[in-house]
Amino acid sequence: MIVIVDYGVGNLFSLKSSFEAIGAEIKVSGEPEDIRQADKIVLPGVGAFRDAREKLAQNGLDQVIIAEAKKGKPLLGICLGMQMLFEKSYEYGEYEGLGLLKGEVVPIIDDLTDKTLKIPHIGWNALEILKDNPLLKYTKNGDFVYFVHSYYVKNCEESLLAVCDYSTPLTAVVAKDNVYGCQFHPEKSSNVGLDILRAFCQIGE
Amino acid sequence: MITKRIIPCLDVKDGRVVKGVNFSDLNDVNSPVELAKYYSQAGADELVFYDITASSEGRGIFTEILTQTAREVFIPLTVGGGIKSLEDFERVLNCGADKVSVNSGAVANPKLIGEAAKRYGDQCVVISCDAKLVDGVYRVFAKGGRENTGLEMIEWLKYCVDNGAGEVVLNSIDTDGVKKGFDLSMLAKVTEAVNVPVIASGGAGGVEDFVELFKALPKVDAGLAASIFHFGEVKIEQLKETLALNGINVRR
Repeated sequence: MIVIVDYGVGNLFSLKSSFEAIGAEIKVSGEPEDIRQADKIVLPGVGAFRDAREKLAQNGLDQVIIAEAKKGKPLLGICLGMQMLFEKSYEYGEYEGLGLLKGEVVPIIDDLTDKTLKIPHIGWNALEILKDNPLLKYTKNGDFVYFVHSYYVKNCEESLLAVCDYSTPLTAVVAKDNVYGCQFHPEKSSNVGLDILRAFCQIGE
Repeated sequence: MITKRIIPCLDVKDGRVVKGVNFSDLNDVNSPVELAKYYSQAGADELVFYDITASSEGRGIFTEILTQTAREVFIPLTVGGGIKSLEDFERVLNCGADKVSVNSGAVANPKLIGEAAKRYGDQCVVISCDAKLVDGVYRVFAKGGRENTGLEMIEWLKYCVDNGAGEVVLNSIDTDGVKKGFDLSMLAKVTEAVNVPVIASGGAGGVEDFVELFKALPKVDAGLAASIFHFGEVKIEQLKETLALNGINVRR
């Protein structure tokens, strides 16, 4: 059973549907006990870092997720959910993340070399795979995925698997041990996205 | 780099796609769900569902159709038509829409843009604008292009973007349905004035019109059309192939 963590941020309908479409056993829940019982955890997220981080701390969900991840349970963060896996975010202030991965979340705009590009980085962009990983076993270099974000993760060499080009390389996929993250939305990235979710479901099988 | 997007638009009334649909390879050519799946597999980058029902019963059917589509189609979905309030945003977002496009509803209540952007994020709010050249000035029209609001187009769109609209769909009433190409001069004005993605709508008659659009106006992010896709006059695979041959970055 895979549990999508529901902590009151954004709509989880598409994400749940995408797991159902690949035949995964899936549950959307905000109950600590469900997360403890899960085989794998998916941490979604949209909106602002601070708001999401605070909501995740309610009911101690953040501590449950950290504890389960440290036990080796596969954890996949998506979009803001991925950003929260890291140590720190500089979105409208300075906030602590879950600290499961090394790196920090910074505004894209500061690092663009082409300042005419629009923010948010929104649309389909191609993946450049830097390191192989079971999460990307069905994914090819140049495959397109759908992004919507204004901040990105930097200084994360330790976990960096793939980037996309936006006049500067933007962190797109990360993994270290049992902790995985996608900056883009696999549930909106057509077959390429579904294949990444399928690969996550198959990890450890 | 980000690709140019190709977006088919489905007008839905009482649960069916209207504006003739002419596909031999679909069992039910007027089923929004079937058509959405077809376009998604053909390489559409995004879909727009436009609710043209007026009755509350029709609205209920629409949300049911949307839910079914979002359950089976995994590309971004934008919903428009009859969006007047935050409750309308909530209703379609709960069915799996990713973005909501407002048109007349924003003209009637301009505060809606900012309120929706604050609650759901800028990326969720699309301002859809029907415009027409009247005595040398681009004016915004409401009620499906029937009513001149008197608003000047650039002023209006700047207001919307400043208040949180994350994307602009610009539909030229002058070129809509004429099939002789997009309204490049109107689009040029808008892309110079706002720094959010601009989606061109109205006037596409063939593949060459999309090539011309993206070549003439590199700042335009996407092209939207309805009947030329529904009638199979333009196939998305071929369109993207031609765009790629012309050096335009597309997802294939």
